[in-house]
Amino acid sequence: MRQFFRVAWIVMRKDLTVEVRSREILYTTVFFAVSCVLVFAFALVREGRPMDDAAAGILWIAIAFAGTLGLGRTFERERHTETLRALMLAPSDRPAIYVGKLLGVLALLAIVEAVLVPLVALLFDAPFARSPLWLVALLAAGTTGFASVGTLFAAMLVRARSRDVLLPVLLYPITIPVIIAGVRGTAALLQTTPDEPMARFWAALLVFFDVVFVTLSLWTFEPLMTE
Amino acid sequence: MSFDFDELVFADVSRNFGRRRALTRVNLTCHAGQIVGLLGPNGAGKSTLLAIASTLLAPSSGEVRYGAATGRDAGPGLRSRLGLLGHDLYLYPELTARENLQFFARLYGLNDVDATVARALDRAGLAERADDVVSGFSRGMRQRLALERALLHGPRLLLLDEPFTGLDDTSGQALVARLRGLRDQRRIVLVATHDLDLAEGLLDRVAVLRDGRLLAVDDSSASLRERYRETITSAAAR
Repeated sequence: MRQFFRVAWIVMRKDLTVEVRSREILYTTVFFAVSCVLVFAFALVREGRPMDDAAAGILWIAIAFAGTLGLGRTFERERHTETLRALMLAPSDRPAIYVGKLLGVLALLAIVEAVLVPLVALLFDAPFARSPLWLVALLAAGTTGFASVGTLFAAMLVRARSRDVLLPVLLYPITIPVIIAGVRGTAALLQTTPDEPMARFWAALLVFFDVVFVTLSLWTFEPLMTE
Repeated sequence: MSFDFDELVFADVSRNFGRRRALTRVNLTCHAGQIVGLLGPNGAGKSTLLAIASTLLAPSSGEVRYGAATGRDAGPGLRSRLGLLGHDLYLYPELTARENLQFFARLYGLNDVDATVARALDRAGLAERADDVVSGFSRGMRQRLALERALLHGPRLLLLDEPFTGLDDTSGQALVARLRGLRDQRRIVLVATHDLDLAEGLLDRVAVLRDGRLLAVDDSSASLRERYRETITSAAAR
């Protein structure tokens, strides 16, 4: 087990080092997510008053769209240099490679969310700061569920010719429950009086999705990656 | 190392990609201490055979045996004894030469990573460029680095796909000397190449492939170019 997490850590650290050098994925995903929120702000905020419950939906849509972009680019990089094959050749459990890639994507999305949350709070007058711990719990659980399936699909589609189209087509239908739970849980925190029991319920549901998605991904990664 | 072997056997190996048959019933045995050349025109199936030997590709039928173990049971133990230098070099262009080798050394769980990497950089003739990013390297420099990446963990079986690509004459001769050294260390070396001049005198056995079929396996000492021409011509005449 120690070896498993050691390999995952090595792969994640490599991904982050490559990203720090190129900043290609971080800049594009942050720019895309911010653009997305700005467009929605122009559409849904009238005379300084946002539409009710819009903030939670916009936050999660921006995370999902930016996440899809980041997932595609992460594996495009490995495809371009064929280094995914070198990773598959390593004498480690192949699911450890998956976990390393997933952790890299999660780190990236954490930075995107750190930019998005204050921006949505500002533009949509959303009081996220009232229940920061619950918000962090919902974002962490929701992002893990989304990225766990996304990492598996992005790896699986790396050799598909129309991978850019197929990734969202496959990913969104499966992760819709995660996004809905994230939106409902976040909306519960944004009510006049934060509904923490409701947020707890949605967070628990997200953790359940995480367990199911991560388990299935670990189980299927190796057979899916063998050509 | 817990797993080891001294023989690589392709037994009736075929591989289809959809309706296209890339390999047809290939039977070939490679022994430790031998350099076996895979020769053949483009599209003959050389790279496919190497991918199957590396466990990255599963045969559609037949099996590959590594000593007593089969490729189907390939696990981490077997992969730790394989080294592959593919057509693509499996290097991260954003990382430096040293970081690339350090990453793979850690991934393979090697001890004393820094010293191992320093020796590899020295052998590649890249010690002075060790901290430069790989994207700034010439093809020949990347090729030398990729060869060291493939050899970093001391694999029993080394699979090389066009290893002479991009190498100047000196580097090509250095690679030939390196491969002879590996033969003396009783490694199994399988080389797919079109460079018959550099391969002349290096290969212990030659396997000629065409259209996915193994035409001949030859271990005579006659001129490599003549043997290759003869095999291909007689196959075309049949």
